[in-house]
Parts: sequence; C-alpha cells; structure tokens
Amino acid sequence: MAPHAEQLTRPAVRLRGLTRSFAGRTVLDGIDLDLPAGQFTALLGHSGSGKSTLLRAVAGIDHGVAGGGTLTAPERVSVVFQDSRLLPWRRVLPNVLLGAAGGDAEERGRAALAEVGLGGRERAWPSELSGGEAQRAALARSLVREPELLLADEPFGALDALTRIRMHGLLRRLWERHRPCVLLVTHDVDEAIVLADRVLVLDRGRIGLDLAIDRPHPRSYRDPLLGEYRERLLTALGVTEDPA
Amino acid sequence: MTTVTTTTTPAAPAPAGPADGEERQVRRRRRLSPGRRLPAARMLGPVLVLLLWAAASAAGLLDPGAIPAPWTVLETGARLWTEGTLADDILTSLRRAGTGFALGLTAGIVLALAAGLSRAGEALIDGSVQLNRAVPTLGLIPLFILWLGIGETFKVAIIAIVVYIPIYLNTHAALSGIDHRFVELAEVQGLSRPAFVRQVVVPGALPGFFVGLRLGVTGSWLGLVVLEQINATSGLGYMMFQAQNYGQTDVILVGLVVYGVFGLVSDTLVRLIERRVLSWRRTLSS
Repeated sequence: MAPHAEQLTRPAVRLRGLTRSFAGRTVLDGIDLDLPAGQFTALLGHSGSGKSTLLRAVAGIDHGVAGGGTLTAPERVSVVFQDSRLLPWRRVLPNVLLGAAGGDAEERGRAALAEVGLGGRERAWPSELSGGEAQRAALARSLVREPELLLADEPFGALDALTRIRMHGLLRRLWERHRPCVLLVTHDVDEAIVLADRVLVLDRGRIGLDLAIDRPHPRSYRDPLLGEYRERLLTALGVTEDPA
Repeated sequence: MTTVTTTTTPAAPAPAGPADGEERQVRRRRRLSPGRRLPAARMLGPVLVLLLWAAASAAGLLDPGAIPAPWTVLETGARLWTEGTLADDILTSLRRAGTGFALGLTAGIVLALAAGLSRAGEALIDGSVQLNRAVPTLGLIPLFILWLGIGETFKVAIIAIVVYIPIYLNTHAALSGIDHRFVELAEVQGLSRPAFVRQVVVPGALPGFFVGLRLGVTGSWLGLVVLEQINATSGLGYMMFQAQNYGQTDVILVGLVVYGVFGLVSDTLVRLIERRVLSWRRTLSS
C-alpha cells in the first residue's frame, strides 16, 4: 500500500525552523518537517494549537503574520477550507474552474465534478447544494489544478457525521487516483487514523508525535487494531480516559 | 382574521398506543407570519385611492379648484400634449435628468472603483466624497449658478452630484466589504489581480451597487423637481410653476402624474435589470 518509492525520495514540503507568532504569542516554535511527495499526512492538535497557522503558512496565505524559518512547497498547491467557499454568483462549473487555465480547463472541470459525484450539477447554483455537495464541489475545484500538494483545513468539520464518513471514502479514493501529497488538518482523531498514513500531533508549537499508521486501506472505524493508534494519539493530545 | 384554516392530514386511526394520559390530536399552531400575499397586492392601495378620488369628485365633495376630478386631469393632459408644450417640456426634463444621471453614474462607478481597489485612491477620494456628502447638494445651487450660469450646465451638474454620491457610497462600501474568505480563495487559486477584480470583487459588489443605483435614480428626479421649480424657463417644473401662478391645479396635477410615471418606470427598469444581473440571489429567497 506504500506509495511509489521513487516518489517518496523527493520531499514535497520541507519546513526548517518555522516560527509564527501572533501579538508576541508564539504559535509555531521552530518546526522541522518533511512531507514526502504522494504521502497522506494528517495533522492533529487542540483548537488553538497552531494547526491552521501551519497550514496557512504552507499555503502562503498568512500575510502579516510574524515569523521566520524556511519553507519549500511545490508549484501546484490546492487548498480545501472548512467552508466550501463557492462564489455564490457563479454556477458550480464556473466555480470549479476558478483560476483554472488552458483550453481543456472546462473538460477537466467536468471530469472533476464527475469524479466527486456531482456530474449533471454543473449548472446548479451553490445555494442549491447541500453542505456535503458544496464540499465535494470544493474538492473538485482543488482537483482541477492537478495539485502536487493538497492542503485541507478541517474540510469535513462542518458536515454531519454520516456525510463526513462518506466524504472520508471519497477523499481517500481521490488521493489514490491522483496521489498528491496531502496535509489534512483535523481535530478528529478517528478521521486522522482512518484516512492518513502518517499522523502528526502539534503540541505547544512543535511536532509532539510523528506516528506512521501501518494498516491497509480501506480502514474500518471498527478495526480494533486502530484502537492502539487512537490510544497513543489521545495520550499525545493529553486526553486521558476518566476512570469514572 | 379570526378563522384559521388548518389542513391537518387525515389522521390515521388514532394511534392506539399505551395511552397513560389522554391523547390529543396535533393541531397546527396559529400562524404568526402574515401568510400568503394577495394577488397584485402592490396596486391595490393606489387603485383604491383613485376610486375614492373619482367617487368624491363625482359626488361633488371636492372643490374642483383645489382637487380637480381625475378625468379633468386626463383631459388637461391630453390638451397640453396636443395643443401645448407638454411633449417639449417632458423632453427637456428627461434630457436634464438623463444627462445628469449618466454623468453621476459614471463618476460614482469610476470613483468607487478607484477608491475601492487601491489604497492611494482610497486616501485621495474617500475623504473628499465623505466631505461632499456632508454638504447637502441642493445647498450648492447658489454657488453653482454663480460658477456655471443659470443655464442647463448647472442643472445637469447638480443632478450629477445628487446621483453620484449614493452610487459611490454604496459601491465603495460593497467593494471594500468583500468577504475576506473569497480574497483568500482567489489567492489560493492563483488568480491574477485583474481576474480577481473581474471575477470576485466586481460581482461581489454588484448588490451594493444596485442599492446605490436605485437611490441615485430617485435622487435624479428629486434634483430635477427642485431645480426646475426654482429657476427654469422650460421643462415640467417650469410648467407647474406657471400653473401655480395662474391657479391651474389640473396642470400641476398633470405635472405630478408625469413625474410619478418617470419615477415608477425608471425604478421598475432598474429593478428588472437587477433581477437579471443578480439572478443568483433569487435562489436564496425563493
């Protein structure tokens, strides 16, 4: 199940001594991290731990945030946000094509919509989509760019539990087909374990735990062997089971 | 409205559950919203007023010198159109309002774009416009007469100012209030600045622009009326002013009706355009 070996040799993302701080409060405290090309990584942490700050730094959209360190990322980067961010004044297909260049862009847009199961909804308005559909359109938009790096900031956080499970399957299938390097920011331990091959825990501005999840896909939420990973991650997050 | 029609679904034979208390069939709650709209509701009030006016005139309850009957107004209108200068007056007034409006619209859009899209533009323009707004435009009339003479130029200039201010204010507010999340998205999607402006900023600012546009249209008629009644030698306002001197109430009413038609037609037109351009918004309210 491991991605192609020659892909893994070339890191897609490389962070060295990355620091970021808001109003004197250090959020990222010198992070060193390599994300190999084609690897599916999840980043866990408490709210306010700096997960999003890290993602936004890698995406290059943290204007005006103080910090230093070096950061390399691929040319083609896509970001999926927690909200779908579909422009309400554009129909679905033009939304998916936002910023896409090239004569075959429309074709790729239609293909991407079909891939996420929204074939036939090209002419719908964003306001006519359900939350899950809107998020699938956002995924399609990120695919059109054929990204080498896909950054996802709690992309399923606003969805209901059932839709979320379906979206997990979709995201994993898309990853298997396109093999971008994925950095999925989430606060959901189960989501991280089921989806990712490597889980990072951000703790006090540093990578507190770097855990490889060595289980075959598709993974089931009921797989008892995943329980061990869950325990370790919860401990790293400082969550202890209340004996009462 | 005391009757409440409830269409309860024919209850399947009352569920014979283990009723430990008495069972009550669910009654729909009393509706608090006003309910469905009456057909052609907008026109109902005006038509009623017209009918009352006609009835009162026919019954001789109204002094024809103060409020002539509706048909008298119509007759006078027809007479002024065929024998008098009504058509010319209307054209003159329309030209004034149209020219002033076009200038104001252009100025409002250009200034709002310049101020909304660049910090330098904002620094130069926004403060000045806000100052301009603080001075009631009609108060500028004496100054403008001294500068531009009492001809058409000054009238057009005043109307243009009355029009540009609401268009500028609303468009600028919409441009600078663009959702930060969409700016971020445009950055992530690698949009160039012109593409960002064209695909995100301008469409996002259109609803605000239309608010300004409708205020501007109303403003252009308001400015027109005031200007034509203060100092004009032609146009609708002048006609009405003359009629006041001769006590011709019916002529004044003809002028008011024409003004009313102007306002109604232009507002409807703007609303139609708005509906077409902002068709994506309709899905929200429907």
